[in-house]
Amino acid sequence: MLLRHTTPKEIDRQALTINPAKTCQPVGAMYAALGLHKCLPHSHGSQGCCSYHRSALTRHFKEPVMAATSSFTEGSSVFGGTANLVQSINTIFTVYEPDIIAAHTTCLSETIGDDMTAIIGKAKDDGVVPEGKHVIYCNTPSYVGTHVTGYANQVTSFVKSFSTATPKKKNVVNLVAGWMEPSDMAEIKRLAKVLEARTIMFPDLTGVLDAPMDGKFHMYPNGGTTLEDMAATGDSKFSIGMGPYSTEDACKTLENKCKVKFEMVDIPIGLKATDRFLMSLSRHANVPVPDEITNERGRLVDLIADSARLLYGRRVALWGDPDTLIPLTEFLVSLDMRPVYVVTGTPGKLFDARMKEILEKVPEAKFKSGERADMFQMHQWIKQEGVDLLIGNTYGKYIARDEDTPFVRFGFPIMDRSGHNYMPKTGYQGAANLVVQILGALLDHEDRTCSEEKIELQM
Amino acid sequence: MGMKNKKDLAKFRETVIEKYPNKVAKKRAKAIINNDPENIPEIQANIRTIPGIITQRGCTYAGCKGVVLGPTRDIVNITHGPIGCGFYSWLTRRNQTSTTSDADENFIPYCFSTDMQDSNIVFGGEDKLKQAVREAVELFNPKAVAIFSTCPVGLIGDDVHKVAEQMREEFDNKINVFGFSCEGYRGVSQSAGHHIANNELYRNLIGNDDTMVGSAKYRINMLGEYNIGGDAFEIERIFEKCGIQLVSTFSGNSTISSFEQAHTADLSLVMCHRSINYVAEMLETSFGIPWIKVNLIGADSTAKALRKIAAYFEDDELKAKVEEVIAEEMKDVNAAREAVLPKTTGKSAMLFVGGSRAHHYQDLFEELEIKTIAAGYEFGHRDDYEGRRVIPSIKIDADSRNIEEITVKRDEKRYKERMTKEKLEELQKQVDLEYNDYKGLMPQMEKGTLVIDDLSHYEMDKLIEMYQPDIFCAGVKEKYVVQKMGVPLKQLHNYDSGGPYAGFKGAINFYNDIAMMVSTSIWKEVKAPWEKEEMIEAVYAC
Repeated sequence: MLLRHTTPKEIDRQALTINPAKTCQPVGAMYAALGLHKCLPHSHGSQGCCSYHRSALTRHFKEPVMAATSSFTEGSSVFGGTANLVQSINTIFTVYEPDIIAAHTTCLSETIGDDMTAIIGKAKDDGVVPEGKHVIYCNTPSYVGTHVTGYANQVTSFVKSFSTATPKKKNVVNLVAGWMEPSDMAEIKRLAKVLEARTIMFPDLTGVLDAPMDGKFHMYPNGGTTLEDMAATGDSKFSIGMGPYSTEDACKTLENKCKVKFEMVDIPIGLKATDRFLMSLSRHANVPVPDEITNERGRLVDLIADSARLLYGRRVALWGDPDTLIPLTEFLVSLDMRPVYVVTGTPGKLFDARMKEILEKVPEAKFKSGERADMFQMHQWIKQEGVDLLIGNTYGKYIARDEDTPFVRFGFPIMDRSGHNYMPKTGYQGAANLVVQILGALLDHEDRTCSEEKIELQM
Repeated sequence: MGMKNKKDLAKFRETVIEKYPNKVAKKRAKAIINNDPENIPEIQANIRTIPGIITQRGCTYAGCKGVVLGPTRDIVNITHGPIGCGFYSWLTRRNQTSTTSDADENFIPYCFSTDMQDSNIVFGGEDKLKQAVREAVELFNPKAVAIFSTCPVGLIGDDVHKVAEQMREEFDNKINVFGFSCEGYRGVSQSAGHHIANNELYRNLIGNDDTMVGSAKYRINMLGEYNIGGDAFEIERIFEKCGIQLVSTFSGNSTISSFEQAHTADLSLVMCHRSINYVAEMLETSFGIPWIKVNLIGADSTAKALRKIAAYFEDDELKAKVEEVIAEEMKDVNAAREAVLPKTTGKSAMLFVGGSRAHHYQDLFEELEIKTIAAGYEFGHRDDYEGRRVIPSIKIDADSRNIEEITVKRDEKRYKERMTKEKLEELQKQVDLEYNDYKGLMPQMEKGTLVIDDLSHYEMDKLIEMYQPDIFCAGVKEKYVVQKMGVPLKQLHNYDSGGPYAGFKGAINFYNDIAMMVSTSIWKEVKAPWEKEEMIEAVYAC
């Protein structure tokens, strides 16, 4: 047994987190920053963080993940990191020539209280920020919230730094993308195109963390929201924020700054969340939903109807980030599956409220968020009463093997499989991908473990 | 291949530093060396990283918790800090472990963290840490709990050593609780973490148990071997076959008791000199156990290491056994090597890895007739490049001055001279034991090759562009960067999930993996057919 020390016996833990269902802020800020064109993320802290965050993203995407660091030493940790950041900015613009440096902080620079505005101001005074180049930042203390919070903070900094309102609003809808895969963003952009809606997506990881191999290393790939588009978000007539945990802050900031009204929707994962997203986009972009999309929806409904008996009543444990868990749990319920255990390490009341509402039909369900809402807790619940399916990141494979439970990889990080960043989970097409993956996991397990006389040639 | 002309390599430093701001250029110039094994140049190493340069380096916590303590299966390692540090070091290094049954403790698949919140930063985290230790003990009932400090811990003044002591008392000294001041900002790299880990291993574990486990003949410690991809398993297999008793490995596939009994060995072998030379020295000073440098990466190097051990024990029976094992193992090794040489001979490699592998793996590449044209460490010190002879001339700078140096005294009760100095020196003359010595990476590399410390992304990019190596060796952050350029990258930290690469079987694995990498078909498909010129001409010809 891999997790041989995990037993069903729970104690009331007050201090110890075991096998977290979250990580810390800066990796989210780094990820989001890569969604701006010609932007280099910068970690203002000691260099270990930056290496860890780059490695985590690289392991997930199997793609280059570039970022620089202030490389604090003990001296700068005591006397402040001003000189480090100013020197970083100089080195980065001279050697790596980005258009934008998007800095974030760590628990180190936050604890010592480095004043980022002042330091960046000093860098400008010192003349190390070339004409037309930008240094933006967000505060991302690792001891507050999680990686999702860091993502949200970085997206908000884009708005603070670049969104500009001119007197003329344009018939454009901002699509503020919560933490999802590049493939998910691509799928959402495809849907918007089919609707003929004029949109600006930010951040936009497509083309960045799913870049082609062409024999050259492109430090700044073709993808990413451009500075022009980012500035233009202030002139859009509306914003749709996908995933309240990762985008609500940015939407509110944009409303306050540029008077762009907004609506929050879930990341369009599953049937109903996609329905709501499309209706929101259709309404705010003032475009009808074409038959092509209605047909896509119909195909998904068809697939679910065809597979219903295999999904009905199956108990599922899932873990991950609230913005994806909420629509995913809702989708599972709409498949008549029973999401009995749901944990996210990311704190917040919204998750609890939405779960309560979504899981009304699953009275036995347990869910938890925030500190100590970890995979150890979830595994203890599984030990008490088992499940038919696990859905979550790579760390679930240890539970899947110990408990001999079918497992679908979903969320961040997925380090032990490749290609997941090419396959969307959003939209009707993404929902179909998910159903196919779920069925595959359930049926493969059935075929492997049932008695020989029960082997079925057909569904 | 770019290595047709050695003069090319000489151009590298000048070309690359042109791009840097003046101050940066001045500093980097001292870390980029055109090697001369006859007259080894001084390299700048183990100094602070240049901010913004895009380094490969990590931090002290990674060197301490991630590298040295991570591989021991029966210690509950609690990260005292916000969640990230614990999360990123959770199973990400492939230090394997093997237990005999499910009844044995194995905490490696778990991540334990105090998950500090802002209130812990403001009011201190000691109470939460104590409670976390209690909860870990209640749930996991371990023999030992180790506490690792992260960046904010030192800044807010939490005293992990005091907490550890209080917890030991609370558990009536039945559970060994100890702390590490391995905050990420200490030192300039992972290296400081190794040193801190070594000190605390010595203070809290080494020498705690005088039990002599196993055979009394040929008792050795394997220092600086972390069982990545099962390397230590292969080494264990070879030693067992030779009848050599492995008392402890620091720290691949290790347990607390193996550390506690390490002082009962008669010889220490040092693999990764950088991470463990401190323990090697302390074991010699305290208990009289001499250490020699070995390399078990490469079949010939493994044979050489076994012969050194046999020479040290001065035992004909062992010498004969070792020769027998080598002869037997080399049959398969030679067959595997012959099979791949047509694919590998004459190719070129570049190696930029941690603090030892950039050197060790050159032996394997030599066996494949692949030439290493550039190499360097992330966090090696000058002695790892130039050899230990330069240690007296190394100046510890302000950034590393606060890394604790512990003074170790002879353990009067248990010190035992294993071999007189005179005898060791005599042996040293007969066999190149590398007793108390490590010659470093530079003497092995040819004249005119490049040695670069703390390679930056920019330098890597230029190296590949200018010299087009057939294979590049580094880590996960570099892997996909290099492969986008059409050059295969072998990860020498995690072996791309492969391994073992140590010992004889490991050499065979490596030969096959490298042959696969330099002959994978997909590299020929990087350009689409319609982007190739001859295609366009062909269209016109129609």
